[in-house]
Amino acid sequence: MEKELWKGNEAIAEAAIRAGCDCFFGYPITPQSEVPEYLSLHMPQHGKVFVQAESELAAINMVYGAAGSGMRAMTSSSSPGISLKQEGITYIAAAELPCVIVNCMRGGPGLGTIQPGQGDYFQATRGGGNGDYRTVVLAPSNIQEAVDFVQEAFDIADCYRNPTMVVCDGLIGQMMEPIEWREIPKRDLPPKDWATTGKHGRDHTNIINSLYMDPEECDDHNADLEAKYKLIAEKEVRWDTKDCEDAELVITAYGTPARIALSALEALRAEGIKAGLFRPITLWPYPEKALHDLAGQDHVKAILDVEMSAGGQMIDDVRLAVEGQKPISYLGHAGGVMPTIEEIVESAKKALKEAK
Amino acid sequence: MAIVYQKSKGLTDAELHYCPGCNHGIVHKLIAEVLEEMGLLDEAIGVCPVGCSVFAYKYFNCDMQEAAHGRAPAVATGIKRTHPTQPVFTYQGDGDLASIGAAEIVHAAMRGEKFTTIFINNAIYGMTGGQMAPTTLIGQKATTCQLGRTKEQAGMPMRVSELLSTLDGCVYAERVCVTDIPHLNKAKKAIRKAFEKQMAGEGFTFVEVLSTCPTNWGMSPLKAKQWLMDNMVPYYPLGVIKETSAEVK
Ligand SMILES: Cc1ncc(C[n+]2csc(CCOP(=O)(O)OP(=O)(O)O)c2C)c(N)n1
Repeated sequence: MEKELWKGNEAIAEAAIRAGCDCFFGYPITPQSEVPEYLSLHMPQHGKVFVQAESELAAINMVYGAAGSGMRAMTSSSSPGISLKQEGITYIAAAELPCVIVNCMRGGPGLGTIQPGQGDYFQATRGGGNGDYRTVVLAPSNIQEAVDFVQEAFDIADCYRNPTMVVCDGLIGQMMEPIEWREIPKRDLPPKDWATTGKHGRDHTNIINSLYMDPEECDDHNADLEAKYKLIAEKEVRWDTKDCEDAELVITAYGTPARIALSALEALRAEGIKAGLFRPITLWPYPEKALHDLAGQDHVKAILDVEMSAGGQMIDDVRLAVEGQKPISYLGHAGGVMPTIEEIVESAKKALKEAK
Repeated sequence: MAIVYQKSKGLTDAELHYCPGCNHGIVHKLIAEVLEEMGLLDEAIGVCPVGCSVFAYKYFNCDMQEAAHGRAPAVATGIKRTHPTQPVFTYQGDGDLASIGAAEIVHAAMRGEKFTTIFINNAIYGMTGGQMAPTTLIGQKATTCQLGRTKEQAGMPMRVSELLSTLDGCVYAERVCVTDIPHLNKAKKAIRKAFEKQMAGEGFTFVEVLSTCPTNWGMSPLKAKQWLMDNMVPYYPLGVIKETSAEVK
């Protein structure tokens, strides 16, 4: 198939259209504004809905309304805007509505910087809103994955009636890369017979709701959600590895740092150091067992986690997965500073030396 | 025997949970009757608020969504934009609409979203136990202004119908009350007009209903009605606040 040169954010927007997104509700924020910009022009051309909302709060609640009435709905933003969306996301998760949320992450906290960041890992994987809920979180590390994952995210969301996030750092949104529009396998999806479409002769009303006044009922609702999350954890967990078969040093990284780590692997191997990469693709569900098993291999001596975050956030999941089997060290920067190949090589050597 | 009166098909058989003398139930009935009379029950999608009317989804016999506090106009925007030919309405209290959801209602009106909002102004937060609302009158006591609201501390109460009327997207705003039969009939006419204008695609339509809250006002239902007429009506004048004729548009 022919490759086309696309800017990340515009490719993400186009992927949504190709996935049959019916409506997009957004608010401008750097570095994701090209998503609403592109969709403002192209959604109406496809007879689809685009609304620039007055805030991210409004945008995510528009998603709630549209998704609740059976539509494929999407919103996108960057970190501070995703914070505002958290209220809506917990309601959407609670009411079991499918939708896609793209976070083109920048450095924080607060206004932080408009440069790329990965400081929203906790928010994405632990749930930034209230209550016991989960969002499926896909983390592309290049634009090809970003467009594939956005398309798949709609199906995953519909399959489980659950909000699905695609988190990329601002670099993926802003850079250009050749990609191909490949056929994404379609899933068998359940009918949306729960949606508020108007009764149209139905003998009961459909209600989209997250309120359970009876504590027993609320407990049951939570148990149902928990069972669904277990199923998702079983079926949807994804990761990728590179050169891990004999690796003494395993780098854990996702998104852009995972890509920089690939170059670091080459540099390390050139020096005769056996290094490998473990890259989670779903941040939730986390590939806990795969990483646990890898860390348990005799050839693995040390683990180096690399993130665009000051003290590391995913490192908590790395620790939970590794369960103390091997020493874990950390390399990271926040605020839009990328870890360099040299730094990774340096840290990898140090981690190995300390482990031996 | 001829049936002279029966419950609207627009309401379910669920028992209302409202306090004696509260106006929420009356307004539900009016909306239900209008939807039934206009033949819209099978098409309608309603959005209820967080507040005393949070369970309205159990009472209306049409598809319903329960929104987060104040966000009903955004939720309704998502529904109406994707179901442009169907009647969509929000039902909201004054804390929900005029305080936490002020941005959502103003911008829905600005965009001229083609849904109808029924706004219950009872000058207080009912559900959470009688705290001050943006609509609480000067001198009126509430649990967060126990000596009475003052202008210095909380500003002057917000006249929402007048505020929204300044926006071109709002084609109809009327303030009504349901304290007696003549007023109730006017209220029903206003609700009907709002839905008619919505279905004609004219723009955003708004009906503000001055309502009683005997429980949190600390009055008997009868006294509450009188208090509404004596205190709320002078500050919140009844009648059509704005009506743009379809031709002018
Ligand atoms: C985000 C959020 N903040 C606060 C609340 C608590 N709360 C529930 S109802 C309500 C006020 C409702 O008052 P109003 O809109 O006037 O409706 P009424 O109960 O008087 O009908 C508040 C503050 C909430 N549910 N959610």
